Amino acid sequence: MKTVRVIPCLDVDDGRVVKGVNFVGLRDAGDPVELAAAYDRQGADEIVFLDITASAHNRDTIIELARHTAEEVFIPFTIGGGIRSVDDARALLRAGADKVSVNSAAVARPELVREIAGEFGTQCVVVAVDAKSNGAGADGSTTWNVYVKGGREDTGIDALDWVRQVADLGAGEILLTSMDADGTKAGFDLELTRAVVDAVEIPVVASGGVGTLQHLVDGALIANADAVLAASIFHFGEHTIADAKRALLDAGVAVRPPTA
Amino acid sequence: MNGDRPLVAVLDYGIGNLRSAQKALERVGADARLTADAGLIADAAGVVLPGVGHFGTCMDQLRSTGLEQPALDAIESGRPFLGICVGMQMLFEASEEAPGVPGMGVMPGTVRLLPDGIVRPQMQWNRLDVQRPSCPLLAGLTDGAWMYFVHSYAPDTDPELVAATCDYPTPITAVTERGRLWATQFHPEKSGDAGKRLAENFLAAVRADQCRR
Repeated sequence: MKTVRVIPCLDVDDGRVVKGVNFVGLRDAGDPVELAAAYDRQGADEIVFLDITASAHNRDTIIELARHTAEEVFIPFTIGGGIRSVDDARALLRAGADKVSVNSAAVARPELVREIAGEFGTQCVVVAVDAKSNGAGADGSTTWNVYVKGGREDTGIDALDWVRQVADLGAGEILLTSMDADGTKAGFDLELTRAVVDAVEIPVVASGGVGTLQHLVDGALIANADAVLAASIFHFGEHTIADAKRALLDAGVAVRPPTA
Repeated sequence: MNGDRPLVAVLDYGIGNLRSAQKALERVGADARLTADAGLIADAAGVVLPGVGHFGTCMDQLRSTGLEQPALDAIESGRPFLGICVGMQMLFEASEEAPGVPGMGVMPGTVRLLPDGIVRPQMQWNRLDVQRPSCPLLAGLTDGAWMYFVHSYAPDTDPELVAATCDYPTPITAVTERGRLWATQFHPEKSGDAGKRLAENFLAAVRADQCRR
């Protein structure tokens, strides 16, 4: 049985949780470990931490976060942001992270995906892909490009080609964020998500744009995502993880039942 | 050795996240040590073999760190032993993931790739279908407990040794039992309260075994 995972995402800056709106205008929402433990109690299936500063001096802070989280949280968690080498990945995994998420470093050097997967296994390598629509082409079909630097820089790489490439290199999962939808609260880019789900065999986490519980349902039912990720609707108490699970169950999506 | 907090050796052979397994056992009252010390492993009341990643890499690491023999000795002694994920798979004779690399061979059968046409890896929570309700590891978990799985391969073994399966979408070996040698394809250390209960059950088995000796 396929069950859809519900994953709250915590953007972390220097050890504190923030949530970007289109990656601009950050708002502090508290202690990441405390929030993660609360989500665990609510029945979250995994937690994702994205280190948005990711400067070199910040590595120790994020490793400490992994260490502290592993002591308090007993569901899987992923850490992304600033991972540029096998050594960076090793430090986080040894500290207790289950997966590491790579984004721009993989675009700059795709072999990084193969190296981390070769050393620690494909299950721990998430490739985060920030994709933005190029609009409809001459034949009427939409294409998307991969963006880096928080959506500011177009790499010119086709998103579907990229996800196939990283899957071949050993990615265990794709964390797909639509740069068009992110921060809009208008729902996932369902067409993009569906296209990526169809392009690869590995699990795809849909991200970017969730404003209502129905958006999560749409991501699971219409786009066929393996997991749905959201941040602000959970962080500011609009909805609990349990609300999300109940909405998915009511719509006929199999999930691990809510615990709170 | 402190009887209240039994010594449980979590084998550290240099792979990824082993710390979570240690923390999960500490949480339920074990004196859990991440260790590569054969002496400590021989003294431990229970032994845990975690594992993530590639079967061949894990077997190579287990052998190059000299921990295969201490693990085999622990199993042979009849002390409670728990293999987790690839730590389960390594107990078998071989894996399709690494043809030609022998497993530890203390459980019969081969680890096989999950069927085509499904998302691989299975990276999700799934419900246990308990085949052997008497399995002490599954005490209190017989009513469809949810556990976290991350794997593309699973053991194909003697049904008599399978204590629980999960549906994906055919029955996948999820828990095996041969005496006090247990193994789980899922990660109890990542399975929230249900995983905590399994860790408590393992520790109860460790304590019961200590009393017998």
